[in-house]
Amino acid sequence: MSAVAARPRTARSAGGVLLAALVGAPTVALVVVAWALVATLVGGLVTTLPVGPALLVGLLLGAAVGLFRGRTDTAPAVAVGAGLALGLAWLLLTGFRPLGLTEVRPLWGIAFALLSFALAGHLVRYALRGIDLGRLYRDTVERVLVRLLRGAGFAFFLGIILFPFWYMLAASLKDRSEILRDPASLSIEFGRGATELLRGYTEVLFTFDFLNFIGNSALVAFVTMVVTLVMAVLGAYAVTRLAFPGRTALSRAILLIYMFPAIVLVIPLYAVFTQLGLRNTLPGLLIVYPATTIPVALYMLRSYFLTLPKDLEEAGLIDGCTRAQVIWRITLPLAMPAIASVGLYVFMIAWNEFLFAFMFLDNPAIFTLPRGMVMLNSQEVPRQYLMAGAMIITLPIMILFFWFEKYLVGGLTAGGVKG
Amino acid sequence: MAVRRSTLAAREARLAYWMLAPTFAVILLIVLVPVLLTIWLSFKPVTLADLRAPAPVANERVLEQPQQPGEELVLRLTMRNGSQRVALRAVTWEKTLPAGLTLATDEPRCTQAGDAVRCEFGTWEAGYRETLELAFRADAAYLDAGAPDVRAAPTDMRARAENVLTSFVFTLDNYRRILTGTEFWPTLRITLGYTIFSSIGSILLGLFGAMLLNSQFRGQGLLRGLFLFPYVAPVIAVAFVWAFFLDPFSGTVNALGQRWDLLAGPVNFLGQRAIDVDLLGFTFAFPLALTTVIVFSSWNYFPFAFLFILARLQAVPMDMYEAADVDGAGPFAKFWYITLPNLAGILAVLFLLRFMFLINKFEDIFLLTGGAAGTKNLPVLVYDEAFARADIGSGSAVALILFVVLLAFMFLYYRFAPESER
Repeated sequence: MSAVAARPRTARSAGGVLLAALVGAPTVALVVVAWALVATLVGGLVTTLPVGPALLVGLLLGAAVGLFRGRTDTAPAVAVGAGLALGLAWLLLTGFRPLGLTEVRPLWGIAFALLSFALAGHLVRYALRGIDLGRLYRDTVERVLVRLLRGAGFAFFLGIILFPFWYMLAASLKDRSEILRDPASLSIEFGRGATELLRGYTEVLFTFDFLNFIGNSALVAFVTMVVTLVMAVLGAYAVTRLAFPGRTALSRAILLIYMFPAIVLVIPLYAVFTQLGLRNTLPGLLIVYPATTIPVALYMLRSYFLTLPKDLEEAGLIDGCTRAQVIWRITLPLAMPAIASVGLYVFMIAWNEFLFAFMFLDNPAIFTLPRGMVMLNSQEVPRQYLMAGAMIITLPIMILFFWFEKYLVGGLTAGGVKG
Repeated sequence: MAVRRSTLAAREARLAYWMLAPTFAVILLIVLVPVLLTIWLSFKPVTLADLRAPAPVANERVLEQPQQPGEELVLRLTMRNGSQRVALRAVTWEKTLPAGLTLATDEPRCTQAGDAVRCEFGTWEAGYRETLELAFRADAAYLDAGAPDVRAAPTDMRARAENVLTSFVFTLDNYRRILTGTEFWPTLRITLGYTIFSSIGSILLGLFGAMLLNSQFRGQGLLRGLFLFPYVAPVIAVAFVWAFFLDPFSGTVNALGQRWDLLAGPVNFLGQRAIDVDLLGFTFAFPLALTTVIVFSSWNYFPFAFLFILARLQAVPMDMYEAADVDGAGPFAKFWYITLPNLAGILAVLFLLRFMFLINKFEDIFLLTGGAAGTKNLPVLVYDEAFARADIGSGSAVALILFVVLLAFMFLYYRFAPESER
């Protein structure tokens, strides 16, 4: 870069220190906001949101990190130390109420606050690491800005993703009076004992029969997955390996069919299934689900089959294998990763499916989990139970997903389309 | 040789059709036929009640029970046509009597043959009611058998009715009602607004997320998995979570917002149609509930865009960035002049894809607001018409209109999306 040649002897300039201070301010503000959120939502503390003071402290911290700087970096100990010192100063000024904590001041709250300042020091140093503060170029400012955006971005995404799921977990462990007393607190009161904490789960599982719904959902999702895979593997093989009139048109039509909206299909299916007596039955659901998943499964498998070499299969055919043997012994083992990912994807769609389950099922004995959730959604049922139900429906799919994440990501991108 | 080839080709084609047959069958029955049925239903005056086959109903009551041979057993039949709309034809009532009972009433429509008594009532108009008393003379055989309850004896009541679903009665009333009603046009506007802004929102979030994760670092895989959570979790679970933490009185967001002076008072994010916002001296009504639903859907579906954009980012040739470095381009210039142009194709395709999925998205809005507070979109209107108002015909008409709008976008997709990005 052109800046390299012109690098001056001094490691910093007044402009550089100013830039460092300007980096410090938003960084500390971000850390303080994150601290306040975590302290309130997880710790159950009552805090204020001291953004103004945080910006001021951040300016100081940034300036300190900029001043005590070697050629391209500040020593980690110095940065963290500066953070700790400024944090301690703030605590002293507020009478050891960490960051505007209004009511309680537990020791762990103070320790957590200090830790946050140490982190802030580290982050400010990290944001400026390897950047020449000697003379400021547009490029320097942009690089620092990108780092700040990245940091804020990670914090933002972690927040918006973790918060709803943390809420689900915390609210499933709280009774009505706790929620009403302090709706802002999402801490888990372990002191209440396991029986009380888990009351929502036991009630939902046993009184509201979710144990049975889990079985129904698992059955429906599994059968849907197997039926879909068998048909889609046959279909994808035919579309990619066999020549027949209409092949191109069919390939194009597959995805088109998948986009036919469920809400358009639900009325006629409701009408016909009611007259056939299939509506309020699991077999009825098991006819509809594969129909909604086969097109996308076929599409995803087709994309994968296209990437597999045909030579092996042709060699198999020449060696005297039948078509069935070729598919069973050669194509299937080769396509296993794709089949696993498509299978998981189909399982997920069927497990999560709401519209048809909601419209078709009236009989609580055959409810799937999403239909059971609708049943829980009434004024008489405490929120705790609903959130326990949400956990019960979410956890299995999350565990499965994390277990097979690599496959699923591949599958989602390969043909990845979901409503 | 040519003959042989063609036989081989024919065999191969036959095999292909066999392998595709189950798929064809399922898609034909569950996807294509229902779409045609929707068209059919949208031109018919069908309500939810019509789906149950109309049937005659009869209640039996014994008015007099014989004590001695020669006395009469009097049975009262309270009968009606169970349908309020459809006439029943060839209504018959048939009962296998206990031994020892003989029809004694002079009723021309009823005849006895052996143990069976059979009444033929002919045609019943919709809502028709009739009460009929039939007397039976009992002999010793009946009393000796312990005078069994007549009502328990097997009864068979039948009628033929015209099935509204298969009849050839058509009407344009459904479309007239929908298109001239007060609800349709605002709903269409809200649908388009919801769809467009949710698509843009989820793509922007996905783009930002993909830019963040487009470099190798420790924990990248874990974060990538985490980023997919909103997409993988069942929508019914996350929709309830959002509805709860946005609750104006017991929700975390409102409690925290008020504690930190970010909100002046409780805000009903999902229940308030609009709030007045002052901007540069102008006051305009900001659609609050609709915006909240859009934010939810953007959150819910950003991982979809995220995955696609991340995959595409990793295919951007590195030497373009290296060349830009040599030219002294900053990170923002690189983003603007290299990354974005490389992503333009996939972004356009993603927008069309998301648009097509979101325009018929039912669950999100139905679960969050039920279509209240100015958030009703066409799919929720389909549900409202067909099931809440029990008007299958009008519901089908809305569904069909929605489908036509969707088809237009499908056409755009196939017209403009390059083969490689599909």
